[in-house]
Amino acid sequence: MDVLNAIGDVLTSEAAYGNALAVAVFLAFGASGEWVAERSGTLNISLEGMLLGGAFAAAVGMDRTGNEGLAVVFAVLAAVVVAGVQANMSHRLAANQFVVGLTLNILVLGLTSYLATELDPVTTQADSQRIPLLADIPLVGEALFDRTWMFYLIYAVVPACWWIVFRTRWGLELRASGENPQSVDVSGIDVNKRRRQGIYVAGITAGMGGAYVVLGSVGSFEDSIVGGRGIIALVAVIFGGWTLRGTIAGCLLFGVVLSFRLSLPALGYELNGDLLASLPFVVTILAMSIFAQRVRPPAALARPFIRGLK
Amino acid sequence: VTIEHGRLASRPLSRETSPRQHRGAEVDQFVPELGADGTLTEEPTAPNPATRPAVRAQAIGEVVGLYAMCIAIALGLSALLVELTGGSSSAVFSALLDGSVRGPGRIGATIGVATPLLLVAIGTIVSNRAGLVNIGQEGQLYVGAAFGAYFGTKLGWTGPMVILLLLAASAVGGMLWAGIAGVLRYTRNVPEVLTTLLLVTIAAQLVGYGLKNQWLLLAPAEGRSNRQQISQQLADDTRMPRVSVFGNEFPISAFVAIVLAILVAVAMARTIWGLRLRMLGHNPRTAQRSGVAASRYGGGALLASGAFAGLAGGMMLAGGDFGNYTLVPGFAASIGWTGLLVALVARQRASVAIVIAFVFAALRTGSGFLAATGVERRITDVVQGLLVLALLVPPALLFLRQRRRAMQSGSDRT
Repeated sequence: MDVLNAIGDVLTSEAAYGNALAVAVFLAFGASGEWVAERSGTLNISLEGMLLGGAFAAAVGMDRTGNEGLAVVFAVLAAVVVAGVQANMSHRLAANQFVVGLTLNILVLGLTSYLATELDPVTTQADSQRIPLLADIPLVGEALFDRTWMFYLIYAVVPACWWIVFRTRWGLELRASGENPQSVDVSGIDVNKRRRQGIYVAGITAGMGGAYVVLGSVGSFEDSIVGGRGIIALVAVIFGGWTLRGTIAGCLLFGVVLSFRLSLPALGYELNGDLLASLPFVVTILAMSIFAQRVRPPAALARPFIRGLK
Repeated sequence: VTIEHGRLASRPLSRETSPRQHRGAEVDQFVPELGADGTLTEEPTAPNPATRPAVRAQAIGEVVGLYAMCIAIALGLSALLVELTGGSSSAVFSALLDGSVRGPGRIGATIGVATPLLLVAIGTIVSNRAGLVNIGQEGQLYVGAAFGAYFGTKLGWTGPMVILLLLAASAVGGMLWAGIAGVLRYTRNVPEVLTTLLLVTIAAQLVGYGLKNQWLLLAPAEGRSNRQQISQQLADDTRMPRVSVFGNEFPISAFVAIVLAILVAVAMARTIWGLRLRMLGHNPRTAQRSGVAASRYGGGALLASGAFAGLAGGMMLAGGDFGNYTLVPGFAASIGWTGLLVALVARQRASVAIVIAFVFAALRTGSGFLAATGVERRITDVVQGLLVLALLVPPALLFLRQRRRAMQSGSDRT
């Protein structure tokens, strides 16, 4: 009955919702852009690097300019630079996208931790903006509507990602590039350009995510600030079966699981942190093996497109 | 050429009687002859004229120049970064050299690091050649090391035979970990690139769990501080013997790794097994039509790559260059990731991987000497990342140029 008690306590604790959503929104920033990139046919491992680059740039921007808006712009620019390397290496030069992604992650981690000791950006958490009425909803009100303004960006980012992918001509071409690049090419559309643009979208949202985690959630930069959560965001896309709905559900689920580390001890429960931390990955592997027949990745996912080669 | 029952029944016709055959340099001396059917023989076309030595030399020069330029740009950017942050790039460079090869005994340390890198790289080459993308070596290595630690310390056996048992166990451990991805790939059609990646984190957490429980990996309470997560140290006679060459001390696993690298290179190039693996990698459909079972050969390649990564973990544990003969959290120390990069930079050639592994190991051991220059040691991660990116560019450019030429000549013909 201990388990049931624990679940009950978590479900009625406002702090637990707050913790879970703080993680889930960070994941969602990365995952929504990653989803766009994956629909275009790129398994974008460098998401981790983009988030980290964005977080670092946000910290430096905040430290040097003192303006939160500028800091977010800095973050987006930095993440887009990382995205630019990934995009041009893997979809212009046709280098292996996994190698480029892994290398970028190592490179960005090295670069940010190197520069962090040199520049030593000092930041604080931004002020939270309480939205009247909505924030008074019991339990989830404060978690959703009493946040820093970077948090609220997610309310725009997710619908925007859905809209550009499903309601624009560009999005149709992008999805087709991930499903059947040969036909897209025959239709006179530049497959690799669409894929590069998909990666840039991932860069933009990851930049916002990086800014959110530094300025809106943690309050300071450290080189372990992303700490593998970029990979979890990527996993959320897979878990969601390459639908935006499922991706966001995955982010929420993983956010809850990851936040147990904070929430449960605060409520007085002991837990096994190791097994809990690996839960998102186990769940995703299980989900993939169970739903593998029903859920289909984009047909050309992670396959480079070179005209004349299938 | 006539083929009967799968064998060559008759030799190809000699050049005089087969006018369509390519005559290379002798094309100019062609004289049309009256054939038996009353028509003149056609002038042979030369689809692939032999490359002239001068052109060939120029092509090689271009490749070398391209590589040199890309490496120079990567190193230049790293130097610029150091200079911009107030350090001295020449001091950094000389510290890196001191720490990796120039200092007394440092070559031995570098070899000690290069050994697991090379092993991981060989395994990666095997699976990559079969067209499988295994990017979970870090996890396979860690699980391998954990298996090795369990069999090396928890059974209570002593003696040199335990080393072999430990290494075998670690290979099996890595193999099992890669096997999960293999089983899911061939029974449930789950892409192995995703599962291997996910299994890395699970491995880290699982071994971390083992290191908290005494019945698994944790050392007995005496001899460690209270909440320390550490395995028991390997006994003296269950450690890998170390040799000393000109004052450079390293474990004998280095020789094993090199022998394995050569064996894999030969097996890939000269055995039926290697041929089938490569066929599977180049074109799975052709491989299937010619009777290569993807699940058997592909799965086997994945298992082999896991075994190599696990073996690397076991050798790290028994070799003594990492963790002082104990298993601790974070033991894998990115050797798996770096080994994967070694394989990819070596472009799937085991012989080249030997050199690349040494270079990457040198960057790592060299970084230990950076403290004296006042430059943060993470700069070597930057150098390594930039180098890998730079080394990706030339082959990609050459490939694209070759494609463009092929497309060009294709459209010329039609």
